[in-house]
Amino acid sequence: MTKRWMEVFMAKGLLIIDKERCKGCGLCIAACPHQVLAFSGELNRSGYNVVHAERPEACVGCAFCALTCPDVAIEVYRARVPA
Amino acid sequence: MPVSTEKMVKVFGRPASLTEARFTYCPGCHHGILTRIIAQTIDELGIVERTVGIAPVGCAVFAYLWYRCDAIQASHGRASAVATGVKRANPNLIVFAYQGDGDFASIGTAESIHAANRGENITVIFVNNQVYGMTGGEMAPTSLVGQKTTTTPDGRDPALFGYPIRFSEMIAQLDAPVYVTRQALYDTKRIMDATKAIKKAFTNQLEGKGYSLVEVLATCPTNWRMKPTEANKHVAEVVTKVFPLGDLIDRG
Ligand SMILES: Cc1ncc(C[n+]2csc(CCOP(=O)(O)OP(=O)(O)O)c2C)c(N)n1
Ligand code: SF4
Ligand code: SF4
Ligand code: SF4
Repeated sequence: MTKRWMEVFMAKGLLIIDKERCKGCGLCIAACPHQVLAFSGELNRSGYNVVHAERPEACVGCAFCALTCPDVAIEVYRARVPA
Repeated sequence: MPVSTEKMVKVFGRPASLTEARFTYCPGCHHGILTRIIAQTIDELGIVERTVGIAPVGCAVFAYLWYRCDAIQASHGRASAVATGVKRANPNLIVFAYQGDGDFASIGTAESIHAANRGENITVIFVNNQVYGMTGGEMAPTSLVGQKTTTTPDGRDPALFGYPIRFSEMIAQLDAPVYVTRQALYDTKRIMDATKAIKKAFTNQLEGKGYSLVEVLATCPTNWRMKPTEANKHVAEVVTKVFPLGDLIDRG
C-alpha cells in the first residue's frame, strides 16, 4: 500500500509527446537526467523515428526534455504532492 | 491508452504566443529552441498584442509564421533598420529583430552597426551558427579558422578569408547600447541562461532603456554534417573558445 502510494504521489512526471511534431533529433534523450526517453522505432507521417518514454516510471517532471526540444513537441505534467 | 492528466499540474506546454504551425527547421536545429524561448518571453511579459517581429532572410525567413504577434519580413540584412522604422513610427510597439550571422554580420553589417550606434530602443537576437544555413552551408564571416564549408572545402584560411568576426564585441565598443551578451543553447543550463538574457533584452526595451543585443551560439547540424548531439558538443568544446559566453556590457 505504502509503495503504491509512493509510486503515484512522488513528484512524478508525465509526458505528452506530439508525435507529428517530433523530428527524432534525439536532443531530449540526451537532456533527460533520468534516462526516461528513447527512440520508439515508430515513424511519423514525415518519416521521423519519434521519441517515447521508455521508462515513464523514472520521470520526475523536471521538463529538461521539453526545454531542449527544438520543435516544442513535449508537454510535461507533474503529480501534485499531497499535503 | 489515453493518459489522464486530471490530477496533475502542467509544468511545461507550448507558449500561447506560438501558432500551431510546424517549424521548417531541420531536426535538432537551435532556431527552434530560440523561437520557443522568444514566444515564452512574449507570454511572460504579456506583450503579444503590441509586439512586432522582424524576420530575416535565412532559415528563419518564415519566422513571421511562428508567432501570434505581427511581423515583417525584411530584405536581407536589413532587419535592424526595419525594426528602427517600426519602433520610431510607434514607440509603444515592442520590436525585435531576429537575424542570422549571414544576415546580421555580413550583408547587413552597416544597418546592424548603425542601429546599435544610434541606441535604437529595440531588441536584436543574433543567431550565430557560423554558416549560411539556408543557401547550403557557405562560409560566413563568423566561420571558424579551419572550418570546412561548401565555399571553403579545405577549411577557412585566414590568409585568404580573414578571421571569424566577433561582432558583439564590436558593438560593445559603442557608447549607446545598453546590453550586449553572448549566450548558447547546448545544454539545459545554457538554455535557462539564454532565456534570462532574452527576457532582460525585452524588458530593457519595455523600460525605454535602449538597444539590447543577444547573440546566441546556435548549431546547424545539417551543414556542419554532425548529429544534433555532436553539434551541441562542438559548440560547448570548440565554438565557445572563439566566441566566449557572457555579458559584454550591461548598462541597464
Ligand atoms: C539580397 C540577397 N542576397 C543573397 C541572398 C541569398 N541568401 C539567402 S539566405 C542567405 C544567408 C543566410 O545565412 P544566415 O543569416 O547565417 O542564416 P541561417 O540560414 O544560417 O539561419 C543568403 C546569402 C538573398 N536571399 N538576398
Ligand atoms: S521531464 Fe525530466 S525526467 Fe521526465 S523525461 Fe523529461 S527530462 Fe526526463
Ligand atoms: S527533442 Fe523534440 S524533436 Fe527532438 S527527438 Fe525529442 S521530442 Fe523529438
Ligand atoms: S540548414 Fe542549418 S540553420 Fe537552417 S534549418 Fe537546417 S540546421 Fe537549422
